[in-house]
Amino acid sequence: MKKDIILAGVGGQGIISIASIIGYAALEQGMFLKQSEVHGMSQRGGDVMSNLRISHNHIASDLIPFGQADMIISIEPLESLRYLPYLSKEGWVISNTRPFNNIPNYPDLDKIMGEIAKVPHHIALDAEAIAKEAGSTKAANIVILGAAAPFLGMTYEKFEDAIRFIFRHKGDKVIDLNLVALKAGRDFADRHI
Amino acid sequence: MQKLLLLGDEAIAQAALDAGLSGIYAYPGTPSTEITEFVQKSKFARENHIHSNWSTNEKTAMESALGMSYAGKRTMVCMKHVGLNVAADPFINSAITGANGGLIVVSADDPSMHSSQNEQDSRFYGKFALVPILEPGDQQEAYDMVHYGFDFSEKFKVPVLMRITTRMAHSRSGVARRGEIRKQNELKMPSDLRQFVLLPNIARTRYKNLLRDHSSFIAESDASPFNSYIDGSDKSLGIIVCGIAYNYLLENFPDRIVPHPVLKIGQYPLPRKMVEKMADECREILVIEDGYPMVEELLKGYLGRGLKVKGRLDGTLPRDGELNPNLVAVALGKPDTYGLPIPDLVVNRPPSLCSGCPHIDSYYALSETLSELSNGRVFSDIGCYTLGALKPYEAINSCVDMGASITMAKGAADAGLIPSVAVIGDSTFTHSGMTGLLDAINDKSPITIMILDNGTTAMTGGQDSPGFGKIEEICKGLGVEEAHIRILKPLKKYHDENVAIMKEELAYHGVSVIIPRRECIVAIDKRIRDKFKNK
Ligand SMILES: Cc1ncc(C[n+]2csc(CCOP(=O)(O)OP(=O)(O)O)c2C)c(N)n1
Ligand code: SF4
Repeated sequence: MKKDIILAGVGGQGIISIASIIGYAALEQGMFLKQSEVHGMSQRGGDVMSNLRISHNHIASDLIPFGQADMIISIEPLESLRYLPYLSKEGWVISNTRPFNNIPNYPDLDKIMGEIAKVPHHIALDAEAIAKEAGSTKAANIVILGAAAPFLGMTYEKFEDAIRFIFRHKGDKVIDLNLVALKAGRDFADRHI
Repeated sequence: MQKLLLLGDEAIAQAALDAGLSGIYAYPGTPSTEITEFVQKSKFARENHIHSNWSTNEKTAMESALGMSYAGKRTMVCMKHVGLNVAADPFINSAITGANGGLIVVSADDPSMHSSQNEQDSRFYGKFALVPILEPGDQQEAYDMVHYGFDFSEKFKVPVLMRITTRMAHSRSGVARRGEIRKQNELKMPSDLRQFVLLPNIARTRYKNLLRDHSSFIAESDASPFNSYIDGSDKSLGIIVCGIAYNYLLENFPDRIVPHPVLKIGQYPLPRKMVEKMADECREILVIEDGYPMVEELLKGYLGRGLKVKGRLDGTLPRDGELNPNLVAVALGKPDTYGLPIPDLVVNRPPSLCSGCPHIDSYYALSETLSELSNGRVFSDIGCYTLGALKPYEAINSCVDMGASITMAKGAADAGLIPSVAVIGDSTFTHSGMTGLLDAINDKSPITIMILDNGTTAMTGGQDSPGFGKIEEICKGLGVEEAHIRILKPLKKYHDENVAIMKEELAYHGVSVIIPRRECIVAIDKRIRDKFKNK
């Protein structure tokens, strides 16, 4: 099994946590992993993206080739579109619908959603709203991860274990919140596949 | 052994700790910063008194490391590629003095300029200085090369340059550590106490030694575990591939078998025998290297009448920018792949100053102060405040290299552009602004210098600022008149007051320094979070 994933968002939205959780789950199963990110300038409200590659076989490149990503996971709708050239024909876009509007010329949201709808395989969800119901909007990134979980080729429990590990220093409350958020995201995806 | 998941930067730092490091010296700079930060956070490093405080700039870092090497201990210096320009003088001369304790200089290049002002290739510095260069192809090699590099440096008494790129520095993968942790070296003086005295007659001898050793370096490259000749049946093309580009090559062959002979390079000078073998065997050579076409140019020769070499110079690969698997596919004559086009509505999302950033208030006050004068008088520098060039501020007119704001403003004032203004951050000021300030004072240049003191080195992630709490004393000490050192608080509510002070100083025909002082809000946030964590 191999999964090539583009993680996208805006600086500070928590794509690193998503990468850590998927990465931990993959390593626990003895998979190989390469994860590449560009930070620096991009941290001050600029766009951020990370290439995450997991595989049972040797991984060569740190960068995912264009047209070959299995998935784009984006915490921001406009950002999900920026990386479409990476997506393979069968690939999925899992995107938040909640815009992060920090630029004066942010495009019309309906038009953005229209573009996401054109991608053959996609799931779009309001992660903030779902996370709020789960307990806190802070877990929006985990909701997105939950929605991506069915496509990542690992059993759901692996993600739960990874959350328990990654947030182990933050206390049970934080862990429980994130587990609920994960499940809410997954349930959404299950209803919309 | 269990593998650790490490960034390239972290792999280098972990390796240095495992290989008996006594001190790391650095000034922050993306993408090299995490090497030093890893050592700073290491309990092992604290317990073993391994030096890791930030240096004021890359030159002081390089020289301190040279001093530590002189005293017989293993040391590492880290910087981003442009930092090596600042450290070039000691770096080039350290090849002549040679090392005593193992000395590795890590320079992190940034092809495609993800967060830099150019994409210069540090390998040229290594070649220029005639020192060996190590260029890892993955995080494991980065780890292994540090051990090898220290041994090499101590065996040949020469500094070793390690060249990485953004992709290597900021990409994570599994790294197996060595079981054995080496002890630090004991204090040990150089066997020849004149080794480091570069008076011409000594330097001439040392230079001849270096030239003599250079042929050994080539032989070492031919025997290096990081250079390998992998045979292939199709000899119509041979491929020379450097560092991380090897991964992009393999990515194009799912079974990882390349039909052509491949020379994988991880150590320079180039392994002469291996290159000769390829030139003898293959009709054409494709060179795949991130950064400048250094190897390609070397093989091709100026007139290009010798070997048939393809690469960045003949358009087989793009002349600039970072490589990727697709570019390499096309260079190999394989089909390109591409997903969906980016929809037309997608706009850029440039980085911007945080809302609440003190620099914003400084810029609004400055722009109002200058509004009655002609445009184009603000020379700035490198840091978060460089984002003041973008909308909506459009408040600065230059950003060249660290420290250039003060000296360019001085030069422009010398030319008659009066008033000229310099805008520089606190960390950049101590990095390279102080010397320029002395020039301006000695010439009584009519310039106004704004030192934006946010108490941290914010751009690179909030490292300590070497001049913290000392900025006005430094200015006074260099000779700025006390009456013309003005400290203000960049807040909206003091806007009018601040504009009035700026106007006064702009009218003064001499050097004046305005210090808008307010802590970076990200630094405040981090400070408060750390406080909670430690409770
Ligand atoms: C020679 C060199 N070294 C390091 C860097 C990386 N760098 C860019 S800005 C900066 C720090 C700026 O700090 P400061 O001047 O205090 O401004 P701030 O970002 O805090 O506003 C550093 C280290 C560089 N561009 N050039
Ligand atoms: S990190 Fe600090 S200095 Fe940089 S833009 Fe944000 S508030 Fe301003």
